Amino acid sequence: MTSETKTRLFKQGAIWGFIAFELIFFSVAGSYFSLSKGAFMDADNMLLLFKQSAPIGIIALGMTIVMINGNIDLSVGATYALSAIVLLDSMTWPIFAGLGDWVIPISWALALLTGAVLGAVNGLIVWKTGVDAFIVTLGSMLGYRGLVFMYNGEDPTSHLNWTLVDFAEAQFLGLHTATWFLLGVAVILWLLMNRTVHGRNAYAIGDNREAAVNAGIRVGPHMLLNFVLIGFLAALSAVVFYSESGSVNPNDGSLFELWAITAVVLGGTKLAGGSGSIISTLGGVIAIQLLRKGLGYIGAGTETVNLVIGLILVAVLFLDRQLNVKAKGELKV
Amino acid sequence: MSTATPALRLENIVKTFPGVRALDGVSFSVLPGEVHALMGENGAGKSTLMKVLGGIYQPDGGEIIVSEQKVVMRSPLEAKHKGIVFIHQELSLAKELSVAENIYLGELPHNRFGLVDWQHLFEKTDAILQRLKVGFDARTRVGDLSIANQQMVEIARALTHEAKAVIFDEPTASLTDAEKVVLFEVIEDLKSHGVGIIYISHRMEEIFKMTDRITVLRDGQYRGTLDTAQTTEEDITQLMIGRKLDLTRNAVDHEFGAAALEVENLSCGTLYTDISFSVREGEVVGFYGLVGAGRTEIAETLFGLRTPTAGKILLNGREVHIESPVDAIELGISLVPENRKEQGLVLGMNCRDNMTLPQVDALVSGPFVKDSAEIEIFGHYRDKLEIKTPSWKQLAGNLSGGNQQKIVIGKWLSMHPKVLIVDEPTRGIDVGSKSEIHKLIRDLASQGYAIIVISSEMPEILHVSDRIVAMYSGRIMRTFTAQEVTEDSLIQAISGLGESEKVA
Repeated sequence: MTSETKTRLFKQGAIWGFIAFELIFFSVAGSYFSLSKGAFMDADNMLLLFKQSAPIGIIALGMTIVMINGNIDLSVGATYALSAIVLLDSMTWPIFAGLGDWVIPISWALALLTGAVLGAVNGLIVWKTGVDAFIVTLGSMLGYRGLVFMYNGEDPTSHLNWTLVDFAEAQFLGLHTATWFLLGVAVILWLLMNRTVHGRNAYAIGDNREAAVNAGIRVGPHMLLNFVLIGFLAALSAVVFYSESGSVNPNDGSLFELWAITAVVLGGTKLAGGSGSIISTLGGVIAIQLLRKGLGYIGAGTETVNLVIGLILVAVLFLDRQLNVKAKGELKV
Repeated sequence: MSTATPALRLENIVKTFPGVRALDGVSFSVLPGEVHALMGENGAGKSTLMKVLGGIYQPDGGEIIVSEQKVVMRSPLEAKHKGIVFIHQELSLAKELSVAENIYLGELPHNRFGLVDWQHLFEKTDAILQRLKVGFDARTRVGDLSIANQQMVEIARALTHEAKAVIFDEPTASLTDAEKVVLFEVIEDLKSHGVGIIYISHRMEEIFKMTDRITVLRDGQYRGTLDTAQTTEEDITQLMIGRKLDLTRNAVDHEFGAAALEVENLSCGTLYTDISFSVREGEVVGFYGLVGAGRTEIAETLFGLRTPTAGKILLNGREVHIESPVDAIELGISLVPENRKEQGLVLGMNCRDNMTLPQVDALVSGPFVKDSAEIEIFGHYRDKLEIKTPSWKQLAGNLSGGNQQKIVIGKWLSMHPKVLIVDEPTRGIDVGSKSEIHKLIRDLASQGYAIIVISSEMPEILHVSDRIVAMYSGRIMRTFTAQEVTEDSLIQAISGLGESEKVA
C-alpha cells in the first residue's frame, strides 16, 4: 500500500519534476547554443511565457473537467474562433454605436454567451442521444468551423479597440491580464472540482458511471454543465487573446483541441475519465510552453517542437502505463 | 474403458488468492468417454478450478496430467494444444467474423506470404460442422446465429484439435428444450469418440440424464466422487452442503411490523413473470434460485433500473411508480448491487466520498460540500459497521471485499431507507467477513428495516432469511417460511423439478 501511495505521489509530482528538468536543461544547453545573450530563466521571459500559455491553458483547464467526467470536446478550437468573431464584429454593430467604450462589456458578454451556447449544444446532444462525446464534438468541430467561414468567408474579421488593447496589455503585480485570467480560472475550477457537489459527482461519473447512476446521480445534467463550462472557457480564451490582437482569421484556433488534450494528458488526467487534476493540467500547459520557448532559445527550428512534444507525450503515457501495471499487478496484454 | 488411463487427472491442485484459499488440494480424474459432472455451490471453487484447467490461472500447487503426461498451461491456447477445451458459459466469439474464422481464430491457415488460405479454411470448417450436423456453414456470420448455434461454434472449436477433455460450464443455461436435445447428441458423439467430458451444472435432471460420475466440491475442497447410477439427489445435496450447518437459524427472533413492500403480479418481458410477494418491516425475505432465474432483474426493477411490463409495486400500502434510481432512493428503496466493484463503488474515490455519494448534495454550506458533515457520517457508519480502514482517505479500491461491501451498505443505511435490497451480499468475501455481514443483516432486520436478500448460496439464504422465495426461470416456484424450509425441498424448487412433476 505504501508503494501505491508513493506511485501516486510520484505521478502527481512528475509534471513539476519535468518542468524543473526543462528549466535546468534549457539553461545549461542555452549557455552553449543560445543565440541570445539573455538567460533562459529571465523574469520577463517567464512572465511572457505565462501570458503565452493562457489561450490554450484556459481551454485545457476546461478540457480537464470534461475529461474527468469521461467525455472529450474536440470543438473547442472552432468555438474559440466563432466567439472571437462575435467579440470583434459586435463592437462594430450599429445598434451599439452610441455606447462608446461601454460596448466592451456587451461584446464580451455576447462572445462568452456564444461559447456557452455552443457548449450547451454539444452537451445536450451527448446527453439526449447518448452518442459518444468524441463523435458528437467531432461533428460540431466541423459544423462550428463551417459557421466561422459562413460569417466572413476567407477574410479576417478585424476591429481594434484601444481601451481594450490597453487592458489586455496591462500588468498587475507583474503578471499580464491574460495570466490573471488563467490563474483565476484555475482557482475557480479547482474549487469547483474539489469542493462542490458537481465536482464530486463529475469524478464519480467518470470513474464508474454505473455506480454513479446507482447512487441516484443524474448523469446528464452534470455532463451538460461541463460542456457549457468548456464552451464558455473557449470563448473566454478568445476574449482574452483577441482583445489584444484585434483580428481573427477563419482558421484561428485550429488544432487547439489537440494541444489542450496534450496538456491535459501530460498533466496525468486519464482519457477514460475519473481521475485528473486542475493543477497538474496547469503544469502540463506550462511544460509545453517551456518546451516551445526552450527549443527556440537553443536555436532549434519551430518544426522540431512538434516532433519533440509528440515523442514526449508517447513516452509519458508509456511510463504512466508501466507505473499503473506495477501498482495494480495487472495482467500483461 | 474402466481400466483405461484417465483422459485428465488432477493431483492436489491448490490455488490461493489474497485472503482466500479458493482451491485446497483438489484431485479427481476423468476417463476417456466419460461424462463427469462437477458440482458444488457457488463459491465452492468450480470456476476457479476450470480457470486453472483452461490455462487462465496458474495453480499454486499440484499437477495436471493429460494422458499420463504432466502439463503446464500458461494460456488458453496452450491448454487447447494440450487437448483441454473449455466451452464457456459466457460465449467468447467475435460476432462480426465468420464461423470459420472464429473456429480457427489465432491459427488461421495461411500460405507462405502470410495471406489467409480461405478455401482450405472453409473446407476444414465445413468438415467439422458436418460432423456436428448443424444447419449453418463456415461462411455464416456468427452474430446471425442463435445462442444455441453459437455454442455449437464453440464446440466446433473444441474439435479442431484432438481434444482429450472438453469442459462444459452450465451449457444449457440459455438453451431451449429442443436445443438441449441437439447439445446432448453432440455430447454423446464426443463421448463415443473417447473424449473425456467435464460437465458443470446445477440442474439435477441433466446431471442424472447425462453423466456417469459426479465429483462434488465444497469450500475449495474435494468432497467425493459418486457413481451417478447409484446416487440420489439427497446424496449429492448432502455432499454439497456437508454437515448440518451451525449457522442455520430457524427461529424468528422478533415481531414483524406492517408490510413495507408489496409486489403484485409483476412481470418484465421474458425476464420474469407474475411475481407476487411482500416484505414486512423487520423481515428478511431471501430470494434463492439459479443464476438467470430472474432474481436480480426483480431487484433492478424495484430500484428503477428496469421498467416492468405488468403488475404493481406498493410501498407502505400506496402504489408507486419507480422510473429511475433517483425515484427509488427518494421513496426509500436502496440496492446493494450484485457486482460491488462495477455497480456499487467508485473505486478511485476515497471511502468517505463513496459513502456520502447519494446524499452529498444535501451536505453543503453555500456552494461547497461540508467536509465536517461528511466525516461525521463516515465516522458513524465506520464504527457501527466496524469498517476497517486506516482513514477515510483510503481509496475504496484498496479495501478488502468485506470492507468494501460494508461501505456500500453504510452508504445506503445513511440514507435511512425503508426497504434494503442486498444482491449477493457476500460474493467474493472471505469466510470471516461473511458471518459479519450476515450478522449485520439480521441486526438491521431487528431494527425494523424491511430487507430483501438475493443469494445463490444456500447456507447464506437459510441463515439470514425469515422467509425464502424459490425461483426458477423467471417464476416463483414456492415460498417457504424459515420453520418449514428444508434443503432438499429448496433445491427441488429451484431446479424446476416441482414444475416438471406438475407437467408429468
